[in-house]
Amino acid sequence: MITMRDFFTGRLVPVLTILAAIVVIWYGAAVALNAPVLRDFEKRAGEQTQGMEFILKTWSQPKPTMPAPHQVAAAFWKYTVGVKLSSNRSLIYHSWVTLSATLLGFAMGTALGVVIAISIVHVPALDKSLLPWIITSQTVPILAVAPMIIVLLAAIGVTGLLPKALISTYLSFFPVAVGMVKGLRSPDILHMDLMRTYSASRSQVLWKLRIPASVPFFFASIKVAIAASLIGAIVGELPTGAVAGIGSKLLAGSYYSQTIDIFAALIAGSICAILLVTLVDITGRFVERRMGVKP
Amino acid sequence: MSTMPVISARNLDLVFQTGDGSVQALSDITLDIEKGEFVSLIGPSGCGKTTLLRVIADLEKPTAGSITVNGTTPENARLDGAYGYVFQQAALFPWRTIADNVALPLEIMGLGAEEKASRIKRNLDLVNLTGFEKKFPWQLSGGMQQRASIARALAVEPDMLLMDEPFGALDEIVRDHLNEELLKLWATTKKTVVFVTHSIPEAVYLSTRIVVMSPRPGRIHEIIDCDLGDDRPLDIRETPEFLRIAHQVRDGLREGHSDEA
Ligand SMILES: Nc1ncnc2c1ncn2[C@@H]1O[C@H](COP(=O)(O)OP(=O)(O)O)[C@@H](O)[C@H]1O
Ligand SMILES: [Mg+2]
Repeated sequence: MITMRDFFTGRLVPVLTILAAIVVIWYGAAVALNAPVLRDFEKRAGEQTQGMEFILKTWSQPKPTMPAPHQVAAAFWKYTVGVKLSSNRSLIYHSWVTLSATLLGFAMGTALGVVIAISIVHVPALDKSLLPWIITSQTVPILAVAPMIIVLLAAIGVTGLLPKALISTYLSFFPVAVGMVKGLRSPDILHMDLMRTYSASRSQVLWKLRIPASVPFFFASIKVAIAASLIGAIVGELPTGAVAGIGSKLLAGSYYSQTIDIFAALIAGSICAILLVTLVDITGRFVERRMGVKP
Repeated sequence: MSTMPVISARNLDLVFQTGDGSVQALSDITLDIEKGEFVSLIGPSGCGKTTLLRVIADLEKPTAGSITVNGTTPENARLDGAYGYVFQQAALFPWRTIADNVALPLEIMGLGAEEKASRIKRNLDLVNLTGFEKKFPWQLSGGMQQRASIARALAVEPDMLLMDEPFGALDEIVRDHLNEELLKLWATTKKTVVFVTHSIPEAVYLSTRIVVMSPRPGRIHEIIDCDLGDDRPLDIRETPEFLRIAHQVRDGLREGHSDEA
């Protein structure tokens, strides 16, 4: 059991300390990065502000190089709570568009990764032949491949959710395949011998021993996979000029130099990532509890 | 045909190839075990007791010689479910409760729910683990875990039990109790038991024959007949006959050791 006290000293205090440090550094960076542009501007306008007044100005530019935290927070608030869910400006709506592609891609990637891992563990020839290709697949830069996939699929009439989800799949199957190969091979020799004394079939060994033994590996790898899926979905939204999704907001923001909007969209993306990873974590803990893991 | 031995080994050799050379784990093992016998393998560690048991169980293949189990190859015997094997460690699945661990082989055999439940109950009773069905292995002491693993082997109801130092990690009192229970089980069911032990009193108390082994290479030094009759209360261990056999085993072990070049 985590008591309130443990929670505060063990979790909350360190997390808040880091957060405070980030905010301080961020404000500092906003001054440093916005100062040259602002000085330039003031020189042309013939103004000259100094000290605190100047610093405050760097934190309140309409199109800053680096928006200040409170500007991002205000924009984030406006685009989440301040607009209707159905609005094209709602970050919740756009997050949902991205999340649905993420989850579809993640589900397909996880399934593919597990199937590949089971095949590799059961067919020795695949271990040698398939694994190098899988590793090679991940050395291809996704930013280069994504537009090709999107354009090719659009050419055969596949648009919308699926192309983005496929990029998520491409990124997420890999950690699952690698983690599950390890997990499915993790049973003790002793346990394998025990199953042999029962003359258990390969599928019985798989279901009763390999798969339960691989559960911790599974959750460790889908935690990586779900984050990769989110990246994949966002990247998938970039090249198409997609009309919706966090990626489209990032792109629109950069067209019009709306740095504050870009940051607000980034925050939305980070919150999605945290939510997804936390969800995986909680599920993993619940499953391990059910499997009798020592608390 | 009733005289055909259950286990018949002829000139078995087993050489392990390891990174730094080869180890002769078994050398020229010739041994017949009849149905219903209780045979103990005793000897210093590294003399091949575990390896011999594993060859019988088809977990290891001999590199020379021949062996039959139930008149057929060890592999066929294993596929027929000829034996229940108790490992030196409990080898319970940590994600299964005690009852579910005992259920494991029964699931693999495809038994019905009712039969499964009654076998689980009966065998957990036998090893005094009633009430621990829903516990996970880590919640039990090492001795209780080992008893659960014995229940699991017995639940299969095999004609033959292969036991590798099953009571090695248990304290004296639990060990005495399980020795008595095992003897009772053997006397009533007439199962064939091959039992590896380090303990001379345990071997003499339980066995009909004691195989004294010696190391490097692992071989049979001497086979000692040891029948104290079917009825063996624990205090038979103070009788002259018991002490005489125990002495003989001790001498055998000592000679086996001094054979070494
Ligand atoms: N899988 C293995 N690979 C290599 N050497 C082994 C293996 N198993 C056992 N041995 C060696 O074989 C010999 C006999 O081992 P073992 O049968 O376990 O002895 P015991 O059970 O009597 O202590 C030992 O020298 C041991 O190191
Ligand atoms: Mg041993």
